[in-house]
Order: sequence, then structure tokens, then C-alpha cells
Amino acid sequence: MPKFAKGDAVSIADRSPVGHYRMPTYLRGKRGTIELVIGTMAVDNEEEAFGRNAGSKGHYYRVAIPMTEIWPDYVGSPNDGLRIEIFENWLERI
Amino acid sequence: MSDVDPHDHHHHDHDHDHAPISSDQPPGYYDIMETAVRELLIERKLFGADEIRRQIEVLDSRTPALGAKVVARAWTDPAFKERLLHNGRAACEELGITFYDDTELIVLENTPQVHNLIVCTLCSCYPRPVLGLPPDWYKLKPYRARAVYEPRAVLAEFGTTIAEEVEIRVSDSTAVVRYLVLPMRPAGTEDMNEEQLADLVTRDAMIGVVPVAYNREAA
Repeated sequence: MPKFAKGDAVSIADRSPVGHYRMPTYLRGKRGTIELVIGTMAVDNEEEAFGRNAGSKGHYYRVAIPMTEIWPDYVGSPNDGLRIEIFENWLERI
Repeated sequence: MSDVDPHDHHHHDHDHDHAPISSDQPPGYYDIMETAVRELLIERKLFGADEIRRQIEVLDSRTPALGAKVVARAWTDPAFKERLLHNGRAACEELGITFYDDTELIVLENTPQVHNLIVCTLCSCYPRPVLGLPPDWYKLKPYRARAVYEPRAVLAEFGTTIAEEVEIRVSDSTAVVRYLVLPMRPAGTEDMNEEQLADLVTRDAMIGVVPVAYNREAA
């Protein structure tokens, strides 16, 4: 079962582990909403790269984040937003 | 966006001499690493040199014409459009477009209320099975950084002005999903068939930096 559902409010973890992480720095610590649970589960490549928990899978989520949440000085419509897929170990329920 | 050429003019005017194709530079660190890893994988029989060559041929065979065909079909076949928006990959596969990797495809529909733009801030994730290789500007840091910070200014540099009341939605493609923008069908194309429509659809429109244009006089 996916850990989150469409409409859940989430916050993105603010951590800086060593290694390659597909979680851009500019979004760490920001808050958003789950827009879509991405159906196919994927290997936790962050753990996999270090040989830990080999083969363990989890969900990615398409997360909607307002531009004004990311950039307090955003120039443009307050309706503008960003979408990004995030692996579930980076998301915290709020 | 000083070092990004939005029009991707790549010496298509052959009025100059090309540099000879030769490798007079010693290989760099990553060139050597790539060669070492590739040779090790072949030596261990995890894959063969022929498979690498075949995959390069597959990549080279993909062009924006495939995406244009998908868009034109969606404009002319509402049932297909619905399936495309529901599952982009499965709908493309219906048209014989194979996916050679594990990525999903989400098709983002532009409407009078929402304009979609695609970027990959971490690297150059791009819907290669349907568009081929990305343009150079898509991979450059100024585009990648600015598309998520000031998308309206970036769009303006492509000549695209999006009204203030239209929501800009930037999709940062960084992991398992690739995106294709389904642009709006331009006015005046009601009598055109699928093939004629596909000719109007450009690569940049499917990234979301420009709309699809139709000029009746020029056509």
C-alpha cells in the first residue's frame, strides 16, 4: 500500500546525505500536496547504490508545490506551481 | 539566458569549414572511467558490444516526429486523448512507439487555464522514446535553474507570453517519470487531417516553451 494518498499534505525532508540523491536541494524542507501516486513501484536506488536493502521497492509521488512556497520573492502569478516526483522516503506527513 | 540559444541554431548554414573529426585531445577523467566500466561489463559478459551499438541505433532513430504523431492523434481522436492522459506510455505503445527503459510517461495537457513547462533540474531527463535526444539548451544550467525560478521570464525569451491569469505549471523531471506536453490545437486547423496537424507540432511545443503556431497565409 502506498504510504500517502492523493490530497495528503506533505513536507519534504530537509537532509543532506552523502551520495547521489534524486531530490533537488531547492525543494528540501518545502511543503506540498500529493497530486498522484505513481503506480509502478521503484527500487530505492539511494539505498541500492550502497548495497543496502537490495531490491526493496517503494512508491514515487507526484507532488504539487506552489511557486510562492519555494521562492518567497517569486515574480509571477501566485497560482503558478511546480510538480515533481519524489520517492516516499523523502516525504513526511503534516 | 545569454549562453542559451533558444532557437538551437547549430551551424545549419554550411558556409564555414568544419573542424576535422579527430581526437587530438587526451581523454578526460570521465571518458576513461566510461571506457573502463564498459570494458569491464563486456568482459564479465553482462552485455555485449553489439548490444551497445544496437541501443545507440535505437536512440538515434527517435525524433520529435514520433511525439508530433502522438499529439496529432490526440487532437483528432478524443478516446485516444483520454487514454493518453490516463497512461502516456501505454497510449504511445498503441501507436507502435516502444519504450526501451523503465520510465513512465505523463502527458500534460495545455489548456486556456494551464500552461505546462518541462525541465530537469538535476540533469537532462527527457522523453527520449518519443522526442529523441534533448536540445543543448535543455541541458544547460541557465535553463535548468531558471525554468523553476522564473518560468515566465524564460518563456518570454522564447517569445512566449503567458497571460497572468493562466497558471504556469513547471514539471521537474528528475526520477522515474518523463513528461510530454500536449499543446493546444491552434485555431484555423479544423479542416486539417492528422498528418497535416502533425507537421505543425514542433519539439519545443512538446517541451512547453512555445505554443503550436498556425499561420493560414503562410501555409
